[in-house]
Amino acid sequence: MVSTKEIVVPTTSVTTLGKRDPLGDQRMTISLGPQHPSTHGVLRVEVELDGEVVVAARPDIGYLHTGMEKTMENQKWQQVVTITCRMDYLNSMGNDLGYVLAVEKLLGVEATPRTQVLRVLLTELNRLSSHLVWWGTHVMDIGAMSPFFYSFDQREKILDLFECVSGARFHQSYFRIGGLMADIPNTFLPLLKEFMAGFLDFLQMGKRLVTGNKIFQTRTKGIGVISGEDALNWGLSGPSLRASGVPWDIRKTEPYTGYEKYDFEVPIERDGDVWARYLVRMREMEESYKIIQQAIDRLPSGPIQSDHPKLKLPERDLMKEHIDVMIHHFLIAAEGFTVPIGEVYFPIESARGELGYYIVSDGKEKPWRVRVKAPSFLNLQVLPKLAEGMLLADLIGIIGSIDIVLGDIDR
Amino acid sequence: MKGLETILGEAMPDVLTTKLDWLINWARKSSLWPATFGLACCAIEMMAVTDARNDLARFGAEVFRASPRQADLMIVAGRVSIKMAPVLRRIYDQMSEPKWVISMGACASAGGVFNNYAIVQGVDKIVPVDVFVPGCPPRPEGLIYAVMKLQEKIERDSVLYERADTPSVF
Amino acid sequence: MTEELKQAAESNQLAVRGPNQTSHYVDAQALSAQFADFIEEVVEARGEVTVVIKREGLVPIMAFLRDEASLKFNFLSDVAGVDLGEFAEPRFAVAYHLYSLPHNHRLRIKVFLIEDDAWVPTVSEIWKSANWMEREIYDMYGVDFTDHPDLRRILMPADYEGHPLRKDFPTKGY
Repeated sequence: MVSTKEIVVPTTSVTTLGKRDPLGDQRMTISLGPQHPSTHGVLRVEVELDGEVVVAARPDIGYLHTGMEKTMENQKWQQVVTITCRMDYLNSMGNDLGYVLAVEKLLGVEATPRTQVLRVLLTELNRLSSHLVWWGTHVMDIGAMSPFFYSFDQREKILDLFECVSGARFHQSYFRIGGLMADIPNTFLPLLKEFMAGFLDFLQMGKRLVTGNKIFQTRTKGIGVISGEDALNWGLSGPSLRASGVPWDIRKTEPYTGYEKYDFEVPIERDGDVWARYLVRMREMEESYKIIQQAIDRLPSGPIQSDHPKLKLPERDLMKEHIDVMIHHFLIAAEGFTVPIGEVYFPIESARGELGYYIVSDGKEKPWRVRVKAPSFLNLQVLPKLAEGMLLADLIGIIGSIDIVLGDIDR
Repeated sequence: MKGLETILGEAMPDVLTTKLDWLINWARKSSLWPATFGLACCAIEMMAVTDARNDLARFGAEVFRASPRQADLMIVAGRVSIKMAPVLRRIYDQMSEPKWVISMGACASAGGVFNNYAIVQGVDKIVPVDVFVPGCPPRPEGLIYAVMKLQEKIERDSVLYERADTPSVF
Repeated sequence: MTEELKQAAESNQLAVRGPNQTSHYVDAQALSAQFADFIEEVVEARGEVTVVIKREGLVPIMAFLRDEASLKFNFLSDVAGVDLGEFAEPRFAVAYHLYSLPHNHRLRIKVFLIEDDAWVPTVSEIWKSANWMEREIYDMYGVDFTDHPDLRRILMPADYEGHPLRKDFPTKGY
């Protein structure tokens, strides 16, 4: 078996028939995308090829730039939650969580225990659904068609859960500043337990289908290698960084929403190739499953809305009797609340890496600046380094393994 | 008094009589091949339409062709930024006739949540659209209903005659 | 390198953090000892430390922050641009968010720029991750980064005119 590293491209290309190749050692520059089935969105990669070997791969982004940061400056604080959902569209609740926690830090508000557990539960469900899409599409890029259908079947069950809780399959806008949109309905926990019962079997089947598959292993081992030190300098984060041996997970090092109370491991691999990144994400799915199980067991009862006067709408009975309570209700509902002047940077661990929100407030009811540090933006920057010397078919596998979402990159 | 089809049917039982338009439209609507044009979040819903639960393949839209030359339906799924707009038009031009466009989602139909400098406010500013699907993102059932509506529209097409309500796509 | 990190991560106590105070920021004393003439202000609020510096000291301070053993900021989290208002003096701010994996602490460095003189030296030699982030600030704000290897627009089309995230640029565009 010849690994891709052993392929030597001669400078004077002579075919097996002994004739000179008319292309010689000229390079061919092709444009991969922006409309391409395997680029996970509108990514354009300018690939310089020497035969089938990639000499340089230059990503060209901006085809999905939506001006979200500018739009967010025109929305009230609570309305921004609808925009942050749509950035990394596979991890919508994770994006919302980062924004909501950052503004709560600015306000100096802590969420109630029930809200914290529900936030962890739903964020981990979202991480599972994001990894399921990654698994289905990445393996389809490498060539296997059927895991896509299995993973999307599991994902449909998760989307049913999201619909049960918030009314929308995607873009739930369920997390709000100070709490949640509403408490979970009675049908949620039984449905969740039903899903959990079948998920481990699915993971076992996935391992048999793909992880144990010799063809898949041959196509992914030794491809797109990056060392831990290089990865840190290039700004890689998340599962791709953990596959290069760096044990950094923000849920462990700088925990938020009560993550320090949960018992879970951070999977790490040493090799830094596509195979290592695959293994890290598969094990992360198991760890997310554990966290969800613990969250179900320890879900406390209680209010979901934190008791801050700017965030909590007053009781309706009081409102109908007292004019000052009515004014309070009116101001919150009509104008929106104001956030004290200041700035804050809040990092969370999204399914792709370190998602950071840098929020600057000028004391008004709309944010002055919401800067989103997107993990996929920096993860994609490493692509030229990963792709050098690889074959064109490997490039597709590499793009799938760093798990980028163009909505996150282009915002 | 027997009609022509009954006489022919009795005289030559192996012959099927129908209208040419009906036959061509039946073939076209039952084998719509979408071009992969998933841009953003709606692309994930489009992928979910092809999965085992909401099966778009039963409507004939089995293969999503990557090459526009081999596709006849372009589902614009997602927000179209100003950098992507010329690419969209070029892919539409590369598709061969007959071709149809479904504008999926609020962003493709009208700019959606994003009324700003970066998003084209409705993809019908660039390409002619046959069916608009609202939603952010539309449910898979919504997209299937759009394909069914498009099939009804194709049924009313005419290869031979220009009709007042449906201009010929020939 | 990885063994160091692993030990640092394992010995790192997940100590009791105050509400919403999950990140630990280092204080600026090591910096102020050596670079006192470049530091304009040190702000501590909500548990976060921001050091405002002059543009001339940016590259030496960043190199010091990355290499000094007690600080070891080996990860550049974010380079963010802020427009403080069309008529504000200074108009722009560039904020660098740094993170140290061995010590698990953070720091924010800010540089203020006036509108007619909006340029900053690049830090992409120190952390390669700054490359694209500085391009984005150039694209969105028009802030120049000297000695940058490849300063061109990244999100908007190459021939676009205007810098969208500036406060005098209308949301709906032109």
